[in-house]
Amino acid sequence: MSSRNAILEALRQNVPPPASLPAPITTIRYADPIKQFEETLIGAGGALVRGSGAQDLACELSKIEVYASAAKIASLVPGLPSRDVDLNAIQDPHELEGIDVAVIPGKFGVAENAAVWIPGEALGPHRAIFVIVQHLILVVPDSEIVHNLQQAYERLEWKPNSFGTFISGPSKTADIEQSLVIGAHGARSCTVILL
Amino acid sequence: MTGHPEQAAAFVANEDRTHWHDQSLWFVRSKRDRQASSIPEWEALREAASAIKTHTLSRLADYLEEFERNATANGIQVHWARDAAEHNAIVHQILSSHGVTKLVKSKSMLTEECHLNPYLEARGIEVIDTDLGERIVQLRKEPPSHIVMPAIHLKRQEIGDLFHIELGTEKGASDPKYLTEAARIHLRGKFMGAQAGLTGVNFAVAETGGVVVCTNEGNADMGASLPSLHIACMGIEKLIPRAADLAIFLRLLARSGTGQPITGYTSHFNGPLRGGEMHVVMVDNGRSRILGQETFRRSLGCIRCGACMNTCPVYRRSGGYSYGYTVPGPIGSILAPQRDPEKYGSLPFASSLCGSCTDVCPVKIDLHHQLLAFRKVLVDLKVVPLAKRLSMAVTGFILARPALYRMGGGLMRAIVPRLPRGLVYGRWNPWGIQRELPPMPKQSFRDLIDKEPS
Repeated sequence: MSSRNAILEALRQNVPPPASLPAPITTIRYADPIKQFEETLIGAGGALVRGSGAQDLACELSKIEVYASAAKIASLVPGLPSRDVDLNAIQDPHELEGIDVAVIPGKFGVAENAAVWIPGEALGPHRAIFVIVQHLILVVPDSEIVHNLQQAYERLEWKPNSFGTFISGPSKTADIEQSLVIGAHGARSCTVILL
Repeated sequence: MTGHPEQAAAFVANEDRTHWHDQSLWFVRSKRDRQASSIPEWEALREAASAIKTHTLSRLADYLEEFERNATANGIQVHWARDAAEHNAIVHQILSSHGVTKLVKSKSMLTEECHLNPYLEARGIEVIDTDLGERIVQLRKEPPSHIVMPAIHLKRQEIGDLFHIELGTEKGASDPKYLTEAARIHLRGKFMGAQAGLTGVNFAVAETGGVVVCTNEGNADMGASLPSLHIACMGIEKLIPRAADLAIFLRLLARSGTGQPITGYTSHFNGPLRGGEMHVVMVDNGRSRILGQETFRRSLGCIRCGACMNTCPVYRRSGGYSYGYTVPGPIGSILAPQRDPEKYGSLPFASSLCGSCTDVCPVKIDLHHQLLAFRKVLVDLKVVPLAKRLSMAVTGFILARPALYRMGGGLMRAIVPRLPRGLVYGRWNPWGIQRELPPMPKQSFRDLIDKEPS
């Protein structure tokens, strides 16, 4: 018998009594979800910039130090040019190493945990872009902040062979004596721009 | 045979260090409490998580088949392994068929359980653990001492000394920021050179046929997105039915484990990279047997957050290595003896049964009840030492006979204070090694009650 069938048969022999799925639960709502998002993001080591409209993006970006001083910037935001990087010309994701900043459009943010949903399509030709660059800037419409993860998953759709990730702040670790260090493997900083 | 008390002896002998370890973990437990109390529906989340796990286990075979169908449709190759040996052989076969000589790994307790690293290393594959804590213990040739914080038992100076030798950091340097930066540079080189990435799985979703991996460092994403070959290894109990269920579990996981609202990266892998390959290896390794045990099957609901370790007064004061098993602490003390009751028979006794683990468990596993129940199993199996079994038999005999109990109490109060110390605290009394008996009262509680005017 194949291992597959052996495992399935063993599970069916030892099957526990039926039990149903639970009913949905009531979830937290914040009086000011954007404020909650910002406070939580700061707690996660990130920073929030509030702009007024899409035309503001270039202006807000120029005020961000890591962006202003970066040599190589990969932009995945439509209409915003990259700097010294052509993602479509890159064949192998290892060549992404050395990019200073990526500007990536986020679909929505989650107030309770400062997570921003990045669907795979937003990452362009190379999925690794969000984790290999030194600094991350996420651009999210300010109308798109949900209160909690339950609302977040209600919004998500699942296409076959897809990728998506929640990013909450920069890469971090506390593996040495529980002291928090920002910039473990991924982004050394994570700025979220709400427009 | 060495059990938990013997393995803990060296750790507890260093009182300062024991205290420091205790405080480090209590700090994490306190962060967990702050996060839990910030969510008004916390208890409802725990109830829901527990119910989803119970439901999933009641239909696990069906959900695994559903996962397999949907994963296959996503272009993922699904493998089934009955035990650790088969798991290791499958992973090696995938790697060798692609000519992989360098593998980067993110945290996977399953591969620790299966001892994958030495298996692959013996076959000429360089295996690099990329989680900082795991890399530290790997360089020290040690296993993780905690499932979420693998190097929680080490002090910064020890890590500084290690990095000085292994990574060439400055001698005596122990600043965590400096050491982490050195590890970042070292491991980035490893990521750039690896031909395959292996990750664990926090949740596999039957409905989508994809897996979810949570890290703070981003190491799983580096390993799964740079090389074109991604292997994800999971125990069959990691399955949940629907993507919407992730909302429940992700709200609980990081809050319970490290006291964060969510991990830095929560990635949903529903297929391979363009032009790449993704494999999922689903492992039984004794889990289907545990499913058949009514008293212990709820232990399969564990989401490996580590909260039961952080809160356990025994774990905090004895360290992860005293358990001698991949998963230490209260949950490990139930899982390990299922695998080998003789070898791990002391673990269900490494608990005060205070119930703190049960109170914090995000999926409401009745941990301390299971620990107690397991003691009975071990006594019935006669793997509990004879001295303990005999003393329990005598105690049981006396406690069942009130007259005998009263007489015994009277005798003890009369005789014990007159005995020479060497006799009371002799080798036969391990309880007395670090403890003093209280002074014997002149009267029993019953005597006092009888004298009270009614």
